[in-house]
Amino acid sequence: MHFLEWIKQPWPWYVAGPLIGLTVPLLLIIGNKSFGISSSLRHVCAACFPGNIPFFKYNWKKETWNLFFAGGVLLGGAIATIWLSNGQPVIVNPKLVNELQRYGVHNYSDLVPVDLFNWPSLLTIRGLILMVAGGFLVGFGTRYAGGCTSGHAIMGLSNLQWPSLIATCCFMIGGFITANLILPVVMHL
Amino acid sequence: METRDISTQPVILKETNTDFEVRSLDTICLNESHIQHPWWHSLKYLLAGLLFGIVLVKSQVISWFRIQEMFRLQSFHMYGVIGSAVVTGIISIWLIKKFKVKTIYGEPIELHPKEFNKGQIYGGLLFGAGWALTGACPGPLYALIGTGATVIIVTLLSAIAGTWVYGRLREKLPH
Repeated sequence: MHFLEWIKQPWPWYVAGPLIGLTVPLLLIIGNKSFGISSSLRHVCAACFPGNIPFFKYNWKKETWNLFFAGGVLLGGAIATIWLSNGQPVIVNPKLVNELQRYGVHNYSDLVPVDLFNWPSLLTIRGLILMVAGGFLVGFGTRYAGGCTSGHAIMGLSNLQWPSLIATCCFMIGGFITANLILPVVMHL
Repeated sequence: METRDISTQPVILKETNTDFEVRSLDTICLNESHIQHPWWHSLKYLLAGLLFGIVLVKSQVISWFRIQEMFRLQSFHMYGVIGSAVVTGIISIWLIKKFKVKTIYGEPIELHPKEFNKGQIYGGLLFGAGWALTGACPGPLYALIGTGATVIIVTLLSAIAGTWVYGRLREKLPH
């Protein structure tokens, strides 16, 4: 198969995982930076609306590298979609397709289900919970936990930090409970 | 912070640690470099982020569908990605420690232990809930906006609001 065709397919886990893992030594070697992304949300708060909150009063300018990194992730998303995509729908486990069908999710053309995540849906209760409440929990929870999937699950575990293992387990427990018990209720709204 | 012998470097910032709050409770994603650079040196992080963003999209780990499969044990993909990423990271850090690898500027690489606090439990559970609802953690939020899912801008702003509210309530929350 032609290389470009191959690269435009979804990448298997054993290619993507090690590449993601290599971000850890890459950031350490190019500038002594510990991998983590959720802190960028904190730096935005510190830069734009610190209020009079001690948690946001620090020299955020020293951490601008993190905002450059976040900006790069956004650009990378665009590049991968525009030039490195074959436009095929996401292939999903038939069991999940079956379940989602009941909630009116039929479109698998994008990485996000466009039946659920779209601008008009913001005005529905279901859309508000998925996009706004969900986002709020991501921001609140990651800062409360002191990191996200990158900072705890990848950077923290790579450095064999047991608090990161606890955090990662809690991410998974919270996700399992929400996806299996709470999401079905939300989807019926 | 102790000062280090990096006399070969032209500009050295003696660190006066005004960021106690940042360092004491949240050692994630910190700038351990003591050298000051012009802003355009940060473009290398833009490039690193760009590569990372491409992998996030191509591996589909930013897909809401993949996250739902993960939390329903319907696919090995996410576990394979995270597992092999961690193994690669562990080996990398072990090699960095063993060979005392330095940064491209010749600084010794610094790693900080993470302190346990109950926030990792409560916050972890809350973030897990948000992950299941939005299908995205903070990195994927940026990547998804890049893929053209513009409505995720609202989710990102909401995540920033969540971070702000945490900062506001932090003294009152159990840690």
